[in-house]
Amino acid sequence: MTTTRKSDTIFSKAFDEFLSEIAELASFAARFFREGIKPPYEFKEVLNQCYEIGIKSFILVSITAFILGLVLVMQSRPTMVEFGAGSFLPAMSSISIVREIGPLVTALICAGKIGSGISAELGSMKVTEQIDAMEVSGTNPFKYLVATRILATTLMIPVLTVYADCISLIGAFTGSNIKDDVNLTFYINRVFEALHYTDIAPAFIKTFFFGFIIGLVGCTKGYNSKKGTEGVGKAANVSVVVAMVGVIIIDMVVTQITSMLGYL
Amino acid sequence: MATELNSAADQKVTGKEPVIEIGHLKKAFGDNVVLSDFNLKIYEGENVVVMGKSGIGKTILIKCIIGLVKPDGGLLKVFGKDISKLNHQELDDMRTRIGFVFQSSALYDSMTVRQNLEFPLRRHRRKKITGTLDELVREALHNVGLENTIDLMPSELSGGMRKRIGIARSLILKPELVLYDEPTTGLDPITSEEITRLIMDLQQKYKTTAIIITHDTVMAREAANRIVFLWKGIAYKEGTYDELIHDQDSEIKHFFTR
Ligand SMILES: Nc1ncnc2c1ncn2[C@@H]1O[C@H](COP(=O)(O)OP(=O)(O)OP(=O)(O)O)[C@@H](O)[C@H]1O
Ligand SMILES: [Mg+2]
Repeated sequence: MTTTRKSDTIFSKAFDEFLSEIAELASFAARFFREGIKPPYEFKEVLNQCYEIGIKSFILVSITAFILGLVLVMQSRPTMVEFGAGSFLPAMSSISIVREIGPLVTALICAGKIGSGISAELGSMKVTEQIDAMEVSGTNPFKYLVATRILATTLMIPVLTVYADCISLIGAFTGSNIKDDVNLTFYINRVFEALHYTDIAPAFIKTFFFGFIIGLVGCTKGYNSKKGTEGVGKAANVSVVVAMVGVIIIDMVVTQITSMLGYL
Repeated sequence: MATELNSAADQKVTGKEPVIEIGHLKKAFGDNVVLSDFNLKIYEGENVVVMGKSGIGKTILIKCIIGLVKPDGGLLKVFGKDISKLNHQELDDMRTRIGFVFQSSALYDSMTVRQNLEFPLRRHRRKKITGTLDELVREALHNVGLENTIDLMPSELSGGMRKRIGIARSLILKPELVLYDEPTTGLDPITSEEITRLIMDLQQKYKTTAIIITHDTVMAREAANRIVFLWKGIAYKEGTYDELIHDQDSEIKHFFTR
């Protein structure tokens, strides 16, 4: 403590901010596990939120996933053909899609669309005293608003990811058919030959964590947002950044773990 | 001192327990001392108006009463029960007897007017209600003269309409005590007067006790049995409207001759 820091450099300031960010999220997560999973449950509200998430991100996920699958094949095809590996194209694209592109893109889109939406919604509810109003109406707002949303994102991001994987594979199939003539049955067979349990399981499991972090960050930022409309806007903005970084960090950690387990 | 004597005298006359009893209430946010030693007793059927400058702690005071804000110290009894000693369920039960009209109306943006009004009815599961949800919602809307808004979203309502729906929602459980947080602020004089009259009519109809926070001197004159002037964290002055407008204290003069 006695050693005086020369100056609050940009770096140390950023590091402090990073730590306080983690602390804020951790205490909110702890509250979720303490309060959110005790009865009475708000099943109806969870379903409601799942539906909202699905509706809000469905089109965006469809378009992005399709285009990415298409572009992936179109871009890798020349190189693969050059090395005489053109027939590996379905295998390569399906592994890339299922392992990385599908989960990551879905999570990033949802961090932008769903995470910011949650934090703006909760932030404005806080500022306009709607959260207080719930509390005096016999409702625990943490359970009714926060726990339901975190649960909903945790459940829905995996569902959306599976959907995105399928759409992306269709995009890849379309991409293969631009230059070559690929039979659909043949393509599907090659895809399923290439995909193993060890590709699918870790990729699927990590999407639950992606969903959890997106919901957690959105709710934390919204629920703790400062008074005033500026505070709400800022909360939404910060929540997108933090959720995206969180998703990427989780992705890295999961990849490390799967590689250590020998699944890579 | 005079305050306490007055209240004691009141109690002797009416012989009733106060509905709200606040003694030496304290609340601070860090260095910002909002309530330092606040004392007040409110009896059944009384309309007490709380006045004071913006940011002085009026909202915090009534949020303490309904248990949304935890005081740092002092005594706070509502319906004879010490708020700080209630468990979760008891607090919820007590809240069914209190209506709270929020400064910002606090209508749920994602719900229609009907769903907004149904919310307290559905969520306070232990409160016994007479009549169907639909009947109660329609009665509440009829009380504030806005029956035709039942299927609108809050975003489709004007500021004055939102205030009224907020009042309707707070009264839907037929509370015995109502806490109004600036029900007329930001409205034109005519609408303000309408809302003042509405509040007084409802008061007559349901025989409620009320705390009304307002900057509106017209409303204070019309509605108050007693006015409490909050300043520097204490109940700085207390009296009827006529007493306060003739008060020589510069703080209070300033407030009433604005
Ligand atoms: N959650 C909070 N954290 C920190 N300070 C707060 C908080 N809520 C209120 N305050 C402070 O408490 C003081 C009193 O606030 P309060 O909302 O009660 O004022 P008010 O008298 O209702 O004002 P107005 O007439 O503008 O509504 C203010 O100085 C405010 O900054
Ligand atoms: Mg206020």
